[in-house]
Amino acid sequence: MNLLSIVWKSIRQRSLASSLTALSVALGVALMIAVLVINGVVGRIFSQSGSGYDLVVGAQGGSELQLVLSSIYRIGKPYDNLPWRFYEELQDYAGVDQVIPLCFGDTTSEEEGSFPIIGTLPRFFGTNYAPGRSFGIKKGGEILKGTWDAVIGSEVARVNGWDMGSTFKMVHGGVQDHVHDEEFTVTGVLAPTGTPNDRTVYIHLRGFFMLDDHAKPASEAIERNAALFGENIEELRIQYADLLKKEEAAKKSGQHVHHHDGIPDIQKEVTALLVLTKAPTASIFLTSKLKEGVIAQAVNPVFVMQQLMQNLVGNVRYALMVLTGLIIVVSGIGIFVSIYNSMSDRKREIAIMRALGASRQQVFSIILLESVVLTVGGGLLGLLLGHGLVFAAAPIVTARSGLLINPMHFETIELWILPALLAMAIVIGILPGQTAYRTDVAKALYD
Amino acid sequence: MSLLLQYVRKSYREPDGSPLPVLNIQRFEIKPAEQVALIGQSGGGKTTLLNVVSGITAVDSGLVQVDGVDVSKLPEVSRDRFRAERIGIVFQTFNLLPAFSALENVLLGMTFSGKVDRPYARSLLEQVGLSHRLNHRPGQLSVGEQQRVSVARALANRPKLMLADEPTASVDMAHQETILTLLRTACSENNVSLLLVTHSPEVSAQFERVEELTAFNKPEAAA
Repeated sequence: MNLLSIVWKSIRQRSLASSLTALSVALGVALMIAVLVINGVVGRIFSQSGSGYDLVVGAQGGSELQLVLSSIYRIGKPYDNLPWRFYEELQDYAGVDQVIPLCFGDTTSEEEGSFPIIGTLPRFFGTNYAPGRSFGIKKGGEILKGTWDAVIGSEVARVNGWDMGSTFKMVHGGVQDHVHDEEFTVTGVLAPTGTPNDRTVYIHLRGFFMLDDHAKPASEAIERNAALFGENIEELRIQYADLLKKEEAAKKSGQHVHHHDGIPDIQKEVTALLVLTKAPTASIFLTSKLKEGVIAQAVNPVFVMQQLMQNLVGNVRYALMVLTGLIIVVSGIGIFVSIYNSMSDRKREIAIMRALGASRQQVFSIILLESVVLTVGGGLLGLLLGHGLVFAAAPIVTARSGLLINPMHFETIELWILPALLAMAIVIGILPGQTAYRTDVAKALYD
Repeated sequence: MSLLLQYVRKSYREPDGSPLPVLNIQRFEIKPAEQVALIGQSGGGKTTLLNVVSGITAVDSGLVQVDGVDVSKLPEVSRDRFRAERIGIVFQTFNLLPAFSALENVLLGMTFSGKVDRPYARSLLEQVGLSHRLNHRPGQLSVGEQQRVSVARALANRPKLMLADEPTASVDMAHQETILTLLRTACSENNVSLLLVTHSPEVSAQFERVEELTAFNKPEAAA
């Protein structure tokens, strides 16, 4: 028999109070673990998802955050589109390695999950969506070879039960009663990435531009190009007289202009551009150069998301941590009250042990150890419960948000939980321990 | 000498702060393996004497020598250790821990001396006739059985001196004899000196040496 077994006996003697107090710590720790793990996942997704690209370029006028959220996280829409000509010119900028156009705004139907649809080029899938992480595709799949091909994220496939060969139609601008006639066929299913890519449908840019209403009206396009690139508007009207005539005729007949050979470049627009540069200095140079103009702005997605994390998400995380920390402290107070209240009943027990030769230090240690066993034991149980909770919640969170959560992932901060609980246990145990230490043996034995 | 008390003085404080002398002993001794019954009036200082001998209560002055060691000069931690190793105590109310089985109560007595000897603990319980009750808790034992466990616990560390404070006061007449015989036999067999406090003339009558506390304790002389 040793001190620990004496402590265990004492805990078992008051099993209900002991288990309830330990459980309260366990629940506090479990909540903290859940917050930590989910926050860690969200944090990593926000900090890494866009970090595969050096710059995101969009139209001037909107906020940097709006641009990044829409183009990388598929949340909301950017302020405006960019003319196709800008995309072509940007590829020739010094230091630019690759420019990937993204056209978005359309979605799948409501019944099919309202997933965002992005028109892009096959080379999008050749880039890393996060550092060192490249896209994987289900065996037998193809990356946007044909005009009406589509590649879907893993969550889109799961929710809709889609696989290679599945077909769907696009809802224009997310407005449910405006469905494009053209049908796209799934030719590739992406492997899960744990990023918004899982909840996205990709179609070929070529197909995107074949659809009605995806071309800017010729008159507006000419005016815009003239304004943005400093061209003579009259010369442009002469150059694109055919387009203007077609537009006029369509207006009179109340029909859409059909571009059977695809939209002319002047009427094409892209929503955002993902840019890979040859060197970090090129990113800085490009950002400042675009700032001088009136067309576009370039932002570093990682920098923008870091700011968001620090200013908003970081504070929410901090608040949650403080709350769960308080829950644990309240549980700790519960343990203190439980042990302290038991001390008057245990004076005789302590006096007997002292009479049998236990020193003051030993009875102090017994009480302190009891506090440690309840608190740290509760904490260990909480660690298991917390990861169990995340394990149980992971499929639900993935289904609802597309975030991939690894329940077995440990946050570094978790390493501090047990030492912190140990410190708390010691603080909790000191006062009852002192009561045991000061017990008047002769008085307690014969009372 | 198993126990030697010389010039021992112990006073408590009255609520008004004035001293209340309880012990004033010129000399009192017990030889090795000797068994002594100590009788005296309630409140006469018998329990204080046992506490002083066991080192639970510190004396104001004097020599408290147990097995050749002056307990009164030892620091508290050493006194605790000394008590665990050399002194066995049997209480009137047994003072068994309710959450512990009979065997665990005996083992508890060994824990604080640092010499846990499970086979010896079992053999002690067998010696007091409880081999079939090893895993029973005090609440599952009769009063007589509980007192037998407390005797086994007191012998757990092979003490040199056994202190028994009215060990038969809580048991009926039928068990009184059994307990007393058990205690005395166990002390004889283990060569342990016994100082037994009692109010009962039937109990004291069985001892060859019976001491009246007032005969050697003169607290009024210290006032």
